Amino acid sequence: MKEKLQSIKEEALKAIESADVPEKLNDVRVRFLGKKGELTAVLKGMKDVAPEDRPKVGQLVNETRAAIEEVMEDTRRKMERAIREEKMKQEVIDVTLPSKKNMVGHRHPNTIALEEVEQIFVGMGYEVVEGPEVEYDLYNFEKLNIPADHPAKDEQDTFYINKDIVLRTQTSPVQARVMEQGKLPIRMIAPGRVFRSDEVDATHSPSFHQVEGLVIDKNISFADLKGTLEVFAKELFGPETKTKFRPHHFPFTEPSAEVDVSCFKCGGKGCRFCKGSGWIEILGCGAVHPHVLEMCGIDPKEYSGFAFGMGLERIALLKYEIDDMRLLYENDIRFLKQF
Amino acid sequence: MNTSLSWIKAYVPGLEAEAQEYTDAMTLSGTKVEGFEELDADLDKIIVGQIDKIKGHPDADKLIICQVNIGDGSVQIVTGADNVHEGDKIPVVLAGGRVAGGHEPGTRVAGGIKIKKGKLRGVESDGMMCSIEELGSSRDMYPEAPEEGIYIFPDEVEVGADAVEALGLHDVVFEYEVTSNRVDCYSVIGIAREAAATFGKEFVPPAVGQTGNEEDAGDYIKVTVENTDLCPRYCARVVKNIKVGPSPEWMQRRLASVGIRPINNLVDITNYVMEEYGQPMHAYDLDTIEGKEIIVRTAEAGEKFVTLDGQERLMDESVLMICDGQKSIGIAGIMGGENSMITDDVKTMLFEAACFDGTNIRRSSKKVGLRTDASGKFEKGLDPNNAQAAIDRACQLVEELGAGEVVGGIVDVYGKKKEPVRVPFDADAINSLLGTDISKEEMLGYLERVGLNYDESSDEIVAPTFRHDIFCLADLAEEVARFYGYDNIPSTLPKGEATTGKLSFKLRVEEVARNIAEFCGFSQGMTYSFESPKVYDKLMIPAESPLRNAVEIMNPLGEDYSIMRTTPLNGMLASLATNYNRRNKNVRLYELGNIYLPKSLPLTELPQERMQFTLGMYGDGDFFSMKGVVEEFFEKAGLHEKETYDPDAGKPYLHPGRQANIIYDGAVVGYLGEVHPDVADTYGIGEKAYVAVIDMPEIVERATFDRKYTGIARFPAVTRDISMVMPKDILVGQVEETIEKKGGAYLESYALFDLYEGAQIKSGYKSVAYSIVFRAKDRTLNDADVTEAMERILKALEGMGIELRK
Repeated sequence: MKEKLQSIKEEALKAIESADVPEKLNDVRVRFLGKKGELTAVLKGMKDVAPEDRPKVGQLVNETRAAIEEVMEDTRRKMERAIREEKMKQEVIDVTLPSKKNMVGHRHPNTIALEEVEQIFVGMGYEVVEGPEVEYDLYNFEKLNIPADHPAKDEQDTFYINKDIVLRTQTSPVQARVMEQGKLPIRMIAPGRVFRSDEVDATHSPSFHQVEGLVIDKNISFADLKGTLEVFAKELFGPETKTKFRPHHFPFTEPSAEVDVSCFKCGGKGCRFCKGSGWIEILGCGAVHPHVLEMCGIDPKEYSGFAFGMGLERIALLKYEIDDMRLLYENDIRFLKQF
Repeated sequence: MNTSLSWIKAYVPGLEAEAQEYTDAMTLSGTKVEGFEELDADLDKIIVGQIDKIKGHPDADKLIICQVNIGDGSVQIVTGADNVHEGDKIPVVLAGGRVAGGHEPGTRVAGGIKIKKGKLRGVESDGMMCSIEELGSSRDMYPEAPEEGIYIFPDEVEVGADAVEALGLHDVVFEYEVTSNRVDCYSVIGIAREAAATFGKEFVPPAVGQTGNEEDAGDYIKVTVENTDLCPRYCARVVKNIKVGPSPEWMQRRLASVGIRPINNLVDITNYVMEEYGQPMHAYDLDTIEGKEIIVRTAEAGEKFVTLDGQERLMDESVLMICDGQKSIGIAGIMGGENSMITDDVKTMLFEAACFDGTNIRRSSKKVGLRTDASGKFEKGLDPNNAQAAIDRACQLVEELGAGEVVGGIVDVYGKKKEPVRVPFDADAINSLLGTDISKEEMLGYLERVGLNYDESSDEIVAPTFRHDIFCLADLAEEVARFYGYDNIPSTLPKGEATTGKLSFKLRVEEVARNIAEFCGFSQGMTYSFESPKVYDKLMIPAESPLRNAVEIMNPLGEDYSIMRTTPLNGMLASLATNYNRRNKNVRLYELGNIYLPKSLPLTELPQERMQFTLGMYGDGDFFSMKGVVEEFFEKAGLHEKETYDPDAGKPYLHPGRQANIIYDGAVVGYLGEVHPDVADTYGIGEKAYVAVIDMPEIVERATFDRKYTGIARFPAVTRDISMVMPKDILVGQVEETIEKKGGAYLESYALFDLYEGAQIKSGYKSVAYSIVFRAKDRTLNDADVTEAMERILKALEGMGIELRK
């Protein structure tokens, strides 16, 4: 019996060795270990073995089976590994072939610029609010200290719907609307579309966007305005950015200023971009005029504030080096795709 | 506003500043210098020479050879100019020097032209004699210069002297941007006062004493002002025995430096005083004035008047006129009449320096269609107290220049005198407004520099009447700040109660719209809010459609920009067309912009502004791609119910068989469809184009960012497929509605997996197949559960006339 098992084992190992594909290995399994296999046959022949020898024989048979299975399993693993490796060799690709892109859209440069501005001010506790684009003369002018026949009205080339209703020439009327609501303190920015009757050219458009800012609280000073806009300029144009406040005039602020930032292209040395001056004008601002506060129901003895306004297109043109404003409203996909 | 540096220095003798330094300092103190021009830029080694001898060129008929004395020697210069003679004093640029331009007018060359030693037709030439154009100027500024040829100096100029100096070209002209509140700075004196304050130097305005003879102007002329609101002050003086002639060189040079062409002494004096004092003046020939009187009154309606430029102009009754006893002789503040203008044979002249209402002048100037230097100044609103100072200065100049005999006295009609404004002074309040710590004395020092004097007795600042802009403490704070220096004010951040920074809910929903559009391949466009009324025809919108009720702009840039849009489609289609014309492929655009819907017309209250989310595309994709974008957006905006689509949208600009209203929560929240081929043709889009328009207020009202987790299914699903044949006019939407209605509690989802119309199906019918998924949350479903639900669905479908295929 022992010899028989030994010879089955040897035969089986030989058969395993000669198997070259997994299918043949399977044949070997069937032939030796299957239900009708040779080793199984030995087990079936147990009834002829003396009862006292049966456990021993059983153990021998199991050992033989285990030995065959181990070798068979080992061989199978090697065989599969070799096959997988061969397959992977066949699957080599040229990784420099072009990629398959999803069609993803692009945001308008105005919006990107606005989002940058919004992010800075929201971080400083400012709420983003909106106001109507078709606006009463009252809010666009009168409440901003620009009474009828004020020369500033002419300067702004207003589109009129009728004598009381205009297309807003600035986002500043949102200031008056928010102040009138009387919820203090105020920290807000108001982005939006504004209109002036300028003919279209490389630097003008009859419709463009502004972002207005307003802070009203107790003890707000011109120094606070300076500090706030300096932080803003550094955030928007880089930490090296310097700011220059120049006295100016706006009817609804006093004192008023225009703000230049050091040219972010040349760092202030002077280049084609800043027309050699080293500075670029980016916004107008000032302390809210006490008369404006009064007209909007805020006591200027108790509260003070500052306001600022900037042209969004100007920021976008500067930041992204766009040389013609008309590109912003043509919507040529080759332009939009660059942002 | 322009001034030359030398003119400013005339009133600020201590001023020493380079052009750039002056520019920076003035700009930082509030008088913005836009730019400057150095008149002697590119002029190098140019001296006064005198021609000793001229002889002909041996080889060229048109050239001459000049021996020119240059003071410390002599040079030989060959020239083609034919206006020079022996003894003439001329500007000579020596070899190695530079001139500003060629000899044609306006040919200034950047960096100038270098003059080298050379030979002309074999004869050596050591320099060049210059025309006024080569010196960077023109005959407008130097009328004595010849039309062609070399500039010739008057005899008193010294040989060997600096020729640029002799011409007064060592000067800088500054251009200022004066803000509308600083009317006083539209004058050389106003700018000089600011310059003196900026540099801390003494301001010395012209001293004007008593002028005129023993006579009285009142005997020559009587003045009546009928409308004192429109003419608060009218000053008149008389000059007789007039001698018209050129004005002196210094006056010509100053006028020339600010771009005013010298003409004769009388014109030059009025222009000079207008620049110097900012007060326009007018001169009438007194002999043309009938009845020896001036009446200031408004014009008659329809009055026609010929101005001194020979043009006939139409007045109306709001235009203020200067009249004599019989007729109109000038449009007040704008232009005088041809009938009273000064001619070369004028004997006696009436000087007028008046103050007119700025608004009226501005309106009249528009009505009459005539804007002049004078009206430009008057419309800013001038200080009446300046009028007499200016007319006296003009008379002083008449006497100085010997232009005539000034008659003594003045006819001055001045009703209510303008008094200085007094503003209570409060140093602490100014410091707290500025965030500074400036002493009272320092503040008063800054204020005094610009004539804002402190009245200690009342603790007030007295603002001179030329300062129209000083009313309150904030105005004083600005004056202090600009001389203290804006850059010296500290930088702090607002203190006080913390506030929450945030976007409004509406803006957050718009952000979702942008994100989804971009994920789906759409790029953001922007188009104008105003457009042409022709848009409605292009979009085939019927005449009676309420969409045609648009808000109209009174003063549009043209018809193409004359109405506020009531639909965002035109902008989108025009943008798609632009791309199509430029051969861009696969274009997808979106826009977030308002439409403007009037509640009634004409407008009595503000129109409703509705934000529209508009998508447009051509190229890859179809109706259902667009529909997918809409649904992705709804999902992300928290609109979790199922939207439905009504094909009877009735949009004339969309393909009649490929359009739908988008219905959500019972409301029409938008529409989508294929652009009508006729409309696509009109816009020039040569491919199928698709649009979707979503009315954002409807979405914002229903949107939410709240989300609740509902668990992930743990028990297996059961899927059943059904296949059916149905008439074409039954919409799959109706099938889905039935599945939803009848599917029962275990219905999880369903999906269309086959749609077929064609040969195997009888005509007028289509074959549709759905896969329906059932699942229970708490157990594995058994067959019976599903079969029951399926039977309900199938029965309902059969009831709709749908045949089931087994």
